[in-house]
Amino acid sequence: MIDVSHDLKRRGRWSVLEVAFWLIAAASIWLLPGWYLILTEVAILGLFALSLDLILGYAGIVSLGHAAFFGFGAYTAGLLAKHGIVTEPVLGLIVAGLAATVLGFITSFLVLRGSDLTRLMVTLGVALVLREIANRYSDLTGGADGLQGVPKEPILGTFRFDLYGHNGYVYCLIVLFLFFVLARRIVNSPFGLSLRALKGNPLRSSAIGINVNRRLIAIYTIAAGYAGIAGALLTQTTAFASLEVFSFDRSADLLLVLIIGGTGYLYGGLIGALIFKLMQDWIANLTPQYWQFWIGLVLVLMVLLGRFHGAIVSAILLKIMHSWIIGYSWLGSPIVETLIGLILIALLLWRREHIDRWLRSVGARSQVLLSSLVGKRTRVEHSQ
Amino acid sequence: MLTILFDGIAYGMLLFVLACGLSVTLGLMNFVNLAHGAFAMAGGYLTVVMVNRMGFSFFLALPLAFVLTAAIGALFERTLYVHVYQRTHLDQVLFTIGLVFMSVAAIDYVMGSSQQFVQIPQVLQGQINLFGIGVGRYRLLIIGVCGVLTVLLQLILTQTRFGSRLRAAVDDQRVARGMGINVNAVFGLTFAFGSGLAGLGGALGAEILGLDPIFPLKYMIYFLIVVTVGGTSSITGPFLASILLGIGDVAGKYYVPKLGAFVIYTIMIVVLIWRPQGLFARAAGK
Repeated sequence: MIDVSHDLKRRGRWSVLEVAFWLIAAASIWLLPGWYLILTEVAILGLFALSLDLILGYAGIVSLGHAAFFGFGAYTAGLLAKHGIVTEPVLGLIVAGLAATVLGFITSFLVLRGSDLTRLMVTLGVALVLREIANRYSDLTGGADGLQGVPKEPILGTFRFDLYGHNGYVYCLIVLFLFFVLARRIVNSPFGLSLRALKGNPLRSSAIGINVNRRLIAIYTIAAGYAGIAGALLTQTTAFASLEVFSFDRSADLLLVLIIGGTGYLYGGLIGALIFKLMQDWIANLTPQYWQFWIGLVLVLMVLLGRFHGAIVSAILLKIMHSWIIGYSWLGSPIVETLIGLILIALLLWRREHIDRWLRSVGARSQVLLSSLVGKRTRVEHSQ
Repeated sequence: MLTILFDGIAYGMLLFVLACGLSVTLGLMNFVNLAHGAFAMAGGYLTVVMVNRMGFSFFLALPLAFVLTAAIGALFERTLYVHVYQRTHLDQVLFTIGLVFMSVAAIDYVMGSSQQFVQIPQVLQGQINLFGIGVGRYRLLIIGVCGVLTVLLQLILTQTRFGSRLRAAVDDQRVARGMGINVNAVFGLTFAFGSGLAGLGGALGAEILGLDPIFPLKYMIYFLIVVTVGGTSSITGPFLASILLGIGDVAGKYYVPKLGAFVIYTIMIVVLIWRPQGLFARAAGK
């Protein structure tokens, strides 16, 4: 028998890598002063992706309308601040988060029924309904023009949102960290373990006494609150909320973020958010109008070729696109680079099995290496 | 009142032709194809190019749109989709969303982002008086074409050998394989045919639905409503669902314009909670 509480404690320990991750994140405040605006977006997207990871990576619910809660939080925070009901950002954040949590609780009953497809439809439908509401009640929400003129009050009454976005970024990063710690605590609790069980096999987990529906409602509600807080952060840092916060593209991009970073270990959303934002920024600079094409291509490739090969092939293709547009490449001419890139891709696909085997062995070795670095004993569990 | 009903039926029939391919894809392979609207858009733009730029007759362009889109569908099915059938729903969703994004940007690049109009021949413009109500000629054509197609589809599905193979494969894929039915071939053909129908629907609907690069995103939800509400086990389910949706949407926009699309989404959510298998579906046998 594996001792469950011991196992959970072992998982709950902070490893060196994790500490390093957060130290680097904190260091970015001093090291990257010119990047505050995009880093703020990354932190918000990271929190949003964390929220989807909770339901997708841990409970296995595929949602196409997670932007519903994001947008609800964004508009709640914006409206409260604009009408002077709750102007202090931290308080506004909490209220917006609670509002989204309530909405999540109500709509969670909708996702309990039916198959994957029904869930997709219902989640998408909820986001669309909210978008329609925000669009129709334009005297309150500003309709298609968006909610403008949200006042920016100082955080906790002392820290102003400055022009360079310094305080805004620090604020987002702290919120992200706090909620990350909470999420980490949740997934490493017995509750989190039961979520993994029902993701693996709902029927069997209900047979061993896990109340599947209640678990799903709970995690969906929590995730909705997370998304609402991410949305509220967006409104507070940009002083603006538009209908776009509910859009399908936002939900779809979020899925891509998680796929880039990987699901089911919480950091996936954060890493994915960083890569996605940088990539989006880079592509949008090159081809402002058609960046969606490349996002779509990355999605298709990552599904068709597997996450790893897909990522490499899309990176090569993007580099080729880049050199055609700027007309210059590291290798002299775009034509040469295209040829070399295509040969690389062909090699990669042709020798796919070999590369996979090599990666697996490297992965296994580096895992041993890492765990010896981190000081954890890798337990060989051969008990049943 | 009757005019609204008529417009609603025309709209619903159009939706049916657009979406029935999707219902088969979903029922047969349990494959979530969010990119179905991209094929409809392809049909619409092909018609625009053929009629406006190359000077083809509209009546010739319609069947051509069907054939060309079916060919594109077959090509995509054989080269790309076939790799994704056995994957999880998440992968299928990601893959098809990726395709939608690519098609949207590609059409934007080739044709520009503004709305396109097909030049409708003189014969089809204006209204005629039918039993005392004013009826748009173009809508009459849509009802005619879609009505014939629906009857034809129903006949193919119930009367031909191919139809019975298809139904067998939808009911139970493994047993159908065991009985020697080449499910992959049946599926490939159906996929191509469904894409062709979507293309035809896109060509016919360019006038009514509006044709711009975000078409696949804008109408994705409508197609999915038809399929989920109608169920995937028959032709009649999606047909009734699309007629209801068409009438509901047109009437909703006419009588309570303030609520807009709100009515449709709410009805969809209510139906899905009430009957997750679809409004007209038999109790699931599996």
